Amino acid sequence: MFKSFLVPIFLFFLGAAHAQYQVSGYVYSQENNMQSPLAGASVYWENSTSGIVSNNDGYFTLVHNPENTVLVISYLGFKTIKLTSGFDKLIEVILIPDDAAALKEVTVSQRRKALQRAVFTPRNVSTIGSAELLKAACCNLSESFETNPSIDVNFADALTGTKQIQMLGLTSPYILFTQENIPNLRGSNQTFGLSFTPGTWVESIQITKGAGAVSSGYESISGQINAELMKPLTAPPLFINGFRSANGRTELNLQGKYDLSSKWATSLFVHANKRSQLTDMNDDGFLDVPLSEQLNVLSRLQYIDAEKGWVGFASFKVLTDTKQIGELSYVPALHKFKGQYWGGELDTNTWEFNLKTGYVDPEIPYRSIGFQSAISRHKQSAYFGNKNYNVSYTSYFHHLVYQSILGNTLHKFKAGLQHMIDVYDETILTTQIKRNETNLGAFFEYNYDGIEGFNAIIGARVDHHNLMGTFVTPRVHLRHAFFDNKSILRLSVGEGRRVASIFAENQKFLGSQRKLFLAQPTEPMYGLLPERAWNYGLSWIQKATFMNRPFDFILDVYRTQFTNRVVVDWETPGAISFYNLDGKSHAQSMQLTVNTSLNDRVDLRFAYKTFDIKTDYKSGLKQVPLQAEHRWFAFVGYGSVLADGKQWRADATLHRVGRQRRVASFTTPSDLTAGFSLLSMQLTRQFSNQLSVYAGAENILDVKQTDAVLSSDDPFGAAFDSSQLYAPVFGRMLYAGFRFNL
Amino acid sequence: MLFFATATVAQTQKESIDVRGNCGMCKKRIEKAALSTKGVKYANWTAETQQLTLIYNAKKTNTKNIAKNIAAVGHEADSIVATEEAYNALPACCLYKSVSPHGG
Repeated sequence: MFKSFLVPIFLFFLGAAHAQYQVSGYVYSQENNMQSPLAGASVYWENSTSGIVSNNDGYFTLVHNPENTVLVISYLGFKTIKLTSGFDKLIEVILIPDDAAALKEVTVSQRRKALQRAVFTPRNVSTIGSAELLKAACCNLSESFETNPSIDVNFADALTGTKQIQMLGLTSPYILFTQENIPNLRGSNQTFGLSFTPGTWVESIQITKGAGAVSSGYESISGQINAELMKPLTAPPLFINGFRSANGRTELNLQGKYDLSSKWATSLFVHANKRSQLTDMNDDGFLDVPLSEQLNVLSRLQYIDAEKGWVGFASFKVLTDTKQIGELSYVPALHKFKGQYWGGELDTNTWEFNLKTGYVDPEIPYRSIGFQSAISRHKQSAYFGNKNYNVSYTSYFHHLVYQSILGNTLHKFKAGLQHMIDVYDETILTTQIKRNETNLGAFFEYNYDGIEGFNAIIGARVDHHNLMGTFVTPRVHLRHAFFDNKSILRLSVGEGRRVASIFAENQKFLGSQRKLFLAQPTEPMYGLLPERAWNYGLSWIQKATFMNRPFDFILDVYRTQFTNRVVVDWETPGAISFYNLDGKSHAQSMQLTVNTSLNDRVDLRFAYKTFDIKTDYKSGLKQVPLQAEHRWFAFVGYGSVLADGKQWRADATLHRVGRQRRVASFTTPSDLTAGFSLLSMQLTRQFSNQLSVYAGAENILDVKQTDAVLSSDDPFGAAFDSSQLYAPVFGRMLYAGFRFNL
Repeated sequence: MLFFATATVAQTQKESIDVRGNCGMCKKRIEKAALSTKGVKYANWTAETQQLTLIYNAKKTNTKNIAKNIAAVGHEADSIVATEEAYNALPACCLYKSVSPHGG
């Protein structure tokens, strides 16, 4: 089967020399009601030697000789289609899975588009598939977005090496993170939680821009990110990944699964990482990245009975993570709280348990019921120099959802209940703060599917929260396709709200000698109002073909307007204040993305983003600090012809970050930083379907912020501050790794 | 939940009919035509079996009605033949009389 693919491809190149009539078109695949371009489908003339494979966008074009009468379009695992007419027009073919050909046959690697914008759902969702995840250097969820222009990765602070992600100009607390649709990284887990999900565990990531689904909660303000993990039934029996970087980070992933029967499967994933090497590339006497150790174990059990319509999941995860930060000379056993050297330690221990079960009546496939339940506990004990911060956070989550139709399957609805309890116990410096949040919510979402043309999702939820009271959260998403799905317009509007966990979310201020100003820290919600915002979005996708190459142009314009916001004010040197917004606060963003391919082997992606993020501080309306107004992005990816499981892959990503406003320090006024460019490259050699080896470099241009730690020579003085980071601390970083699976 | 279950079972009929077609585009067209028939709750067409599975309210419609609507958009359904005009209006890959859905 595989050889018959290659012969026509080869001969096509010979045949193309004397151009005749061209026939061209697109191949799509249709699975589970999702349609997407199908790359790698073979398109050839029956009983001839001329043929080609469709490219990343499903596009193909080939010569049409008079003797060619039947055009065959085939793809392993899908039904073959033969065409006998219509060659004068643009051909559009949708292949559907061939269920008879058991999935086991589909071992030939598929070249699916790694980064996909959904075309058929009303929400503005892009999916990062497993192929795209392999392009990032490493190693956990916070590093999985580097090749995706919708997400900006910022440097959180100069001590912990943490990356903070943001969307539409708002940082992660305003994004709802879910793991398999269970809220994750909430509350105290916010700052470091992304680094607690290893990248090799992730199967795919869905990024929704703008207001999220009401069924997921009231919290998503600027967007929602959902990570799907590898499932026991579909994971490889054994997977091993090793990684080592020049900044001393070593990672090991061991993943195994075992099928108990055709319906039951179990998996065990183990991740360990360690960094024991002292690094100080910017010569400030402080560690650029912490000394750290992590052990992370996930065990899962999956059940599927397709005949009876039952599915189930049980997962248990346990993690322990330690970090040591501060001066190179700092030794915790000798110097802790002594005031000689500045240093700190962060110990995190978490566990989580969740259960999922769902039932679809096999006789009535449009009706289903699902129940999820999760318990998690997160404990962090930390000190930063002479300041300590401990938090224990326990969360209970229950979610019941019923899906059915109104009349027929063009009108679907989802209705359900959600119950959450969050218990916080924090000690900041010497003050103990306890907070209990209880919420019961009911939601209803109506989905109109016009099959072609117009789609809509209209939803609302009512919540009763012990601190925020009773409130309604409305969300509307509309989509309309024009010109044969060549243009797609999306509009969205929705409200979100949340209780800010101000200390957990702004832990970086502890790495400074800034004094804390907060009027009533021990009152409910720290004496502050809950945050509330409306998000409005518009997105336009335009597909076009130019010079025989397909182009996608995507324009996204979003605005988040805060009604209430907890303002984090860094403007006064030596101080940090939290207070309620008095005035205006908004984040507005515009992103223009172009996706194309040079030929069947080379993909290109460009993006330009501009942000207007302003807040009324006590000192006046200002651009929010450490936010670039302009960002540029370019990506080029190459994959050689995959033959006998062997392939070369190479990609390069360039981020250009514009100037950012920096707040005033004791010695310098508020100023604009210089812009900088971050270039990274990776080369992968796949030796077989089992083994591949990769190597790469991040920050190739060796950009370093030299004044990352202000007043680093006097860390116990009032001017000490490691929180004003806008660029990397660590310079160029080389790495290598391997992946092996059975 | 119980209410939904009893209310629908009373009048709901599940049945499959033969519908000719080839590809995913056919699937969309066939299902849309079926769902546009008053009383049809669910329609799922599979190319491999050339079968359309229907769930409908037997008090409001019947398979003959549904098949007529499908034939009107060009697909032969339950032995009701599409008009020459409707058939010829189909895109190239949907011309089931001249294109084999199973390939070779």
